[in-house]
Amino acid sequence: MDQLLLARAIVLGLSALGAGVGMIAGLGPGIGQGYAAGKGAEAVGRQPEAAGQITQTMLLGQAVAETTGIYSLVIALLLLFANPLLRFLS
Amino acid sequence: MDLEFSVKTMFYLGKIPVTETVVSTWLIMAVLVIGSFLVTRRFKTAKPGETLGTTEHVVELLVDGLYSFIGDVMGPKGEAFIPYMATLLLFLVCANLIGLLGFRPPTADLNTTLGFATMSFILIQGNGIRSQGLFKFIKGLFEPFVFLFPLNVIGEIATPFSMAFRLFGNILGGMIIMALLYGFAPIAIPVLPHIYFDLFSGIIQAFIFTMLTMVFVAMAIDEDEEEEN
Repeated sequence: MDQLLLARAIVLGLSALGAGVGMIAGLGPGIGQGYAAGKGAEAVGRQPEAAGQITQTMLLGQAVAETTGIYSLVIALLLLFANPLLRFLS
Repeated sequence: MDLEFSVKTMFYLGKIPVTETVVSTWLIMAVLVIGSFLVTRRFKTAKPGETLGTTEHVVELLVDGLYSFIGDVMGPKGEAFIPYMATLLLFLVCANLIGLLGFRPPTADLNTTLGFATMSFILIQGNGIRSQGLFKFIKGLFEPFVFLFPLNVIGEIATPFSMAFRLFGNILGGMIIMALLYGFAPIAIPVLPHIYFDLFSGIIQAFIFTMLTMVFVAMAIDEDEEEEN
């Protein structure tokens, strides 16, 4: 019984660690979105009359770039709140 | 502090569990349907020469704006899709903002977003087949090389999943961060994050979901352009 508790503690602790490490993936979308926003600002500076169109395209591109970050967020949430690994203990 | 973010069952209808998501979805549906009925009622009964009220003018402005925005994105071929896309946008905006009233947003449940993404998927593929013909559609999957067929199929199937997870992850992530914030600073401080996580993020994500559906459908019905995603 004590061993099962220990195993559970190890799984939970490593899951929390995994969730934290997994969220490093937030770096990528941050860099990508910042780059897109910078390019968008440049484009508006060059062509202020097309600001609406540029903003729309920029937001769309940023949303697509965000996908990988959201995937890692979903995995982190799974590990924290609906841990699939605990199933293997019982 | 309650740190349980799974969907709670509110009551049972016979043997069918009714969750928070179902309740708030039906609430939004009722508000949208009854509201639309009420604000458009006078358009039919008004006599020529009779001046319409402020509500009617606001409705006209909103509908006109939606028509021109969606028409711009989808082009002249996409005019038949305007009612569906406008409804999708209205529903998603309401669904993301209902968290401000204390309900659980329906979009913080994977079932809702996967349902919407499935509808978008059927719309995209169905219109691709309708506009290109079945043979050309299947041939399009084998381009540019024959051995890229599995990759093309996976790419097509991944589209609805990434759309669903994007919306779900954003809304649920915002919800969890707000719940954590309420845990250690319940007074005054959560006001500003609410503006970002609920208002800004919610409206942007509803816009993005509709926009992606529109772009993919427009790409599917536009025969001149190569399909790519």
